[in-house]
Amino acid sequence: MSTKPPPGSAPEVGPADGFDPGSAYRRSPSVALRPEPFGALVYHFGTRKLSFLKTPQLVDVVRNLERYPDVHSAIAAAGVEEAQRAAYLKAVAGLAASGTIEPRP
Amino acid sequence: MKLVDHFQYGLNSPICLTWELTYACNLACVHCLSSSGRRDPRELSTAECKAVVDELQRMQVFYVNIGGGEPTVRSDFWEILDYAISHDVGVKFSTNGIKLDKKRAAQLAATDYVDIQISLDGATAEVNDHVRGPGSYRTALRALENLAEAGFQQPKISVVMTRENVDQLDEFKAIADKFGAQLRITRLRPSGRGADVWDDLHPAPAQQRRLYDWLVARGEDVLTGDSFFHLSAYGEALPGLNLCGAGRVVCLIDPVGDVYACPFAIHENFLAGNVRSPGGFREVWQSSELFAELRRPQTGGACGGCQHFDACQGGCMAAKFFTGLPLDGPDPECVRGFGEQALVARDASTEIPRSDVDHSRSAPRNSRGPVPVTIGVGSPDGPSARPDRACDTSPLAGFTAPA
Ligand code: SF4
Ligand code: SF4
Repeated sequence: MSTKPPPGSAPEVGPADGFDPGSAYRRSPSVALRPEPFGALVYHFGTRKLSFLKTPQLVDVVRNLERYPDVHSAIAAAGVEEAQRAAYLKAVAGLAASGTIEPRP
Repeated sequence: MKLVDHFQYGLNSPICLTWELTYACNLACVHCLSSSGRRDPRELSTAECKAVVDELQRMQVFYVNIGGGEPTVRSDFWEILDYAISHDVGVKFSTNGIKLDKKRAAQLAATDYVDIQISLDGATAEVNDHVRGPGSYRTALRALENLAEAGFQQPKISVVMTRENVDQLDEFKAIADKFGAQLRITRLRPSGRGADVWDDLHPAPAQQRRLYDWLVARGEDVLTGDSFFHLSAYGEALPGLNLCGAGRVVCLIDPVGDVYACPFAIHENFLAGNVRSPGGFREVWQSSELFAELRRPQTGGACGGCQHFDACQGGCMAAKFFTGLPLDGPDPECVRGFGEQALVARDASTEIPRSDVDHSRSAPRNSRGPVPVTIGVGSPDGPSARPDRACDTSPLAGFTAPA
């Protein structure tokens, strides 16, 4: 995998859209992840959309979100380099916008 | 590595799986990609179909494109459909509409995870029925009416683009709009009976250009199953993967369980195995020699030096194969005209492969396989069956291409 960042294929969003990396998220219960050599294929049973997580680290982030108090720590725990943080944050924001992940109740 | 590059080397499971349930069909379209007509006595039983669904669920194939033949003429079609849906395998099925009466339409409108694709190859009865047979236009429109009346959300109208209907694109769009449907257009390939009519029916070069321009201008909510990536060489790349997905992200399970690299490639050269063999579909997908071969890096061959190669990739493997052109050279519809030159240069020594799978009602009853029933991996020489309807399956239909 190249060191090029952004995974996810969802539109970009910022905090203004309600994404808050300081709070707790989880993978949406309507979403399944299928491991693939590049990362994972994401299927949303609600919207029936396919998308992709383009790095194994992003897959880790999504899988493990549930175990961390906020997005920042999930990203750190996946071993994402400092230089890549912003790109990952943006990708995760996109995943929130597409409904792949959602705030944890 | 770009995502698309990963796709070239194959995935753990297919993204775009077509599953033809039967070779039987009430129609006899002249361009049927699977030369359908009569049922094959070796077709998978209901129990075997359910076992395939179980396997797809385990492999996380989240939806399949079901076709035929005419899949709805199988009496267990609705049972298989329900079984798939309740096992996390969504279904998009292609039909000529024959069984979609009001009652069925209402039932389908109440079912989640079903998409319906009605085949229509002319925006007028005259153009459609010329290719699909008398009465087929009315059948399709009645099905669309029934679905609309029942409140079925956004069925697809699936059109194979031909010389006779390319100039009806706006009319097709209007029909789709009228019924709250989404238009889907795909490429005519010389597969199945399509081989017999391709010379006369495939869009002429000027029409290809108009088709491309139309897609760029109006194609935003029109699906193409990534079928026209060879036209990307005209200019900007069309949305989609722009890659021949055969055996990499695409494949076909035919009615007798044979697994081919692509629905348009029903020929023993592209037969990877059979779902009835011990390892089932998973084994075929993950370990067949043919698929391993297709997933190796391909050279551009004669297209290698072309400035459009990135977008066009030399076009469609099946289109080349069934017109007798080299697989690593230009597509027969190459926008630079190299395909036409190559077609003209064919001579008596050029072998134009034909599928040995033919269920056409007009064909002699033994023309293809009802040879002794050998169950097992399809051997290169063994009986294989040819798939089915020309075209509805679009390799990457309905999925959002990644950046
Ligand atoms: S390009 Fe042709 S051979 Fe390749 S997947 Fe598409 S239809 Fe099949
Ligand atoms: S020469 Fe090959 S790559 Fe170039 S446009 Fe023609 S088919 Fe496509």
